[in-house]
Amino acid sequence: MATLENVSQCVLDGDLDEIKVLVQALLDEGMDPIKIINEGLIAGMNIVAPLFKSGEMFVPEVMESADTMNEGMKIVKPLIMDADMPSKGKIIIGTVNGDLHDIGKNLLIMMMESNGYVVVDLGVDVKEEDFVAAVKKHQPEIVGMSSLLTTTMMKIDSTIKQLIKEGVRDQVKVIIGGAPVTQEFADDIGADGYSEDASTAVDLCDRMMDEICGQQAISA
Amino acid sequence: MTKKFNQLAYRNLDDFVYGSSPNPVTTKSGMVIGGGTVYPEINFTLPGMDINDSTIKKAATIYSNIIDGVLKRASELYAPGVLVEYETLPDFTEHPKYGIEINRILINSMKEAAEKYGLKTAIRTTPNDLREMSRPPVMRSGKYWDTMLELFEQSVKDGSDFISIESTGGKEINDSALVKADIRKAIFALGVLGCRDMEFLWKNLVEIAGLGKDCYAAGDSACGFANTAMVLAEKGFIPHVFAAVIRVIAVPRALVAFEQGAVGPSKDCAYEGPFIKAITGCPISMEGKSAAGAHLSPIGNIAAAVADTWSNESIQQVKLLSEMAPIVGMEQLIYDCRLMNAATENGQQLIFRDFLVKSDAALDVQAYVLKPDVVMRISAELVKIQDNFLRTKIAAQLTVAELKKAINEGKVKSDKRDMKWLDKMEKQIETIPDDAIEFYNQIKSELDLDKFIPSEYGL
Repeated sequence: MATLENVSQCVLDGDLDEIKVLVQALLDEGMDPIKIINEGLIAGMNIVAPLFKSGEMFVPEVMESADTMNEGMKIVKPLIMDADMPSKGKIIIGTVNGDLHDIGKNLLIMMMESNGYVVVDLGVDVKEEDFVAAVKKHQPEIVGMSSLLTTTMMKIDSTIKQLIKEGVRDQVKVIIGGAPVTQEFADDIGADGYSEDASTAVDLCDRMMDEICGQQAISA
Repeated sequence: MTKKFNQLAYRNLDDFVYGSSPNPVTTKSGMVIGGGTVYPEINFTLPGMDINDSTIKKAATIYSNIIDGVLKRASELYAPGVLVEYETLPDFTEHPKYGIEINRILINSMKEAAEKYGLKTAIRTTPNDLREMSRPPVMRSGKYWDTMLELFEQSVKDGSDFISIESTGGKEINDSALVKADIRKAIFALGVLGCRDMEFLWKNLVEIAGLGKDCYAAGDSACGFANTAMVLAEKGFIPHVFAAVIRVIAVPRALVAFEQGAVGPSKDCAYEGPFIKAITGCPISMEGKSAAGAHLSPIGNIAAAVADTWSNESIQQVKLLSEMAPIVGMEQLIYDCRLMNAATENGQQLIFRDFLVKSDAALDVQAYVLKPDVVMRISAELVKIQDNFLRTKIAAQLTVAELKKAINEGKVKSDKRDMKWLDKMEKQIETIPDDAIEFYNQIKSELDLDKFIPSEYGL
């Protein structure tokens, strides 16, 4: 008999074939799909995240786990209304105008999705106005920007200015990262947070979401 | 007419040392690279700033200050010569007028330093490979190809001594191969796409170098491939053994530039350089401990073991306690080179080389694959094969075997998971056929065809 623990372990092991069997078996037994997501699939990724952070898992292994979780999601998703899909929050992510580096950005996306965030990937070489348009369209809680060059890091600044100009800066938290980027730079240009790598960025976003949820609770 | 390398450039491991190579290159100023002396190679970049018509004057002033500062310090420290690398920023290649202006500023300052201090200098001009700005990349024509060639051509005509590039053919597939530690895709990216692009690109670059007076096509770097792997491994994202294998499978790709007529010194961040030197006998540039301002690495000393120029990779024009960072970088490189050259003068070059090797080789698998004896052993097998793709596949097999043996014999520190990854890679490599087209047909269904255009690689 399949159990939620089996599902979590299967995500941890990155077993793409077995996950389909287990999730289907639980559904056939009448288990609530949201319970399968929260206590099976996401619970598995919740084991993966600290193992990655402590250096016991490599990115390719985390990706296998994430792929396994997504394979399970594919089976349960059609059974759930979009609004009921568990999500920690929405983030749009891009590498700024003139910069083509995307490995760090892609790692961040993988980590964020694995940790329950809905991510909109804007790609590389993203112009200021495209960040603004994406904020208006997708209504994210967080905007993430990266730059790997000293000559493109100022595009983070100009993108924040564009968000202010278009009146959407207050709707989002802005987090930034990349080789030449520092906390001091983030403070100088008025970003809300800086992270030096993908795994600490998840913690940063978690803290920001707590803050956002806290503010919403107060205003409610 | 392409060159073929079917035998090693060295017969004796003891001749495979820093500072000397069988085919040295002499610059216009009289520096003989690979002629016995290790020269410092300084590289620098701007602090955080935008580049556009209104800021280019400021950028030019900063470059002028940097070059004057580093050459003055080089003279004060009696450097035997300085190789300046001008690795452009993307804006400088996208708008060649900017890149050309800065190149001229550097060349003029070098001439002034020759008159003022009697300092020998040479310049390596390294435009960016912006072809990947088009997504999917357009490799053989278009705006980015044209602006890149324009910058190369004018720099050569203006007096650059060397031209180099960190080309990106195949990177669009390699990026995901790295984060997934997928050795089959990495071999496809480097051995099929990378090698095919290098053939096309370097044929053009060698012709362009010929437009200048005593200008040489110097060599490429698999920076976006193997150095990205090294940085990912350093962060604990991928296994070190995977990064070590990627380093060696970058060798056949780098070799293509030399088959097309490049003569060195190969690029500083091309840590595959020792293999290139062993096979071609051309001088190489390397970087290690004194490039820590740009990136960290586990190969700080061993990288210097067979280097002919010694580089700092790059450093921003920012103020440190003592001086501006590029001047600090210049001083560090000069002292590194002094030490190596003093050992040579004392007849202790081999001893010094072996200290550089010994201090790193047993501590990381990425250092281990750069041991001169390992380099010679693998290179000796690679020259038996003339097909670039097959060379890449065999390079992977040989490296996996070398590392397994070294780990089993306790010759190099390893992570408890390394053997599992080596076994996994070994099995994956076994599934790859010996023919590039057969492999392409086999792997095609696994490739994201939104990310690359096969015809741009002649496929």
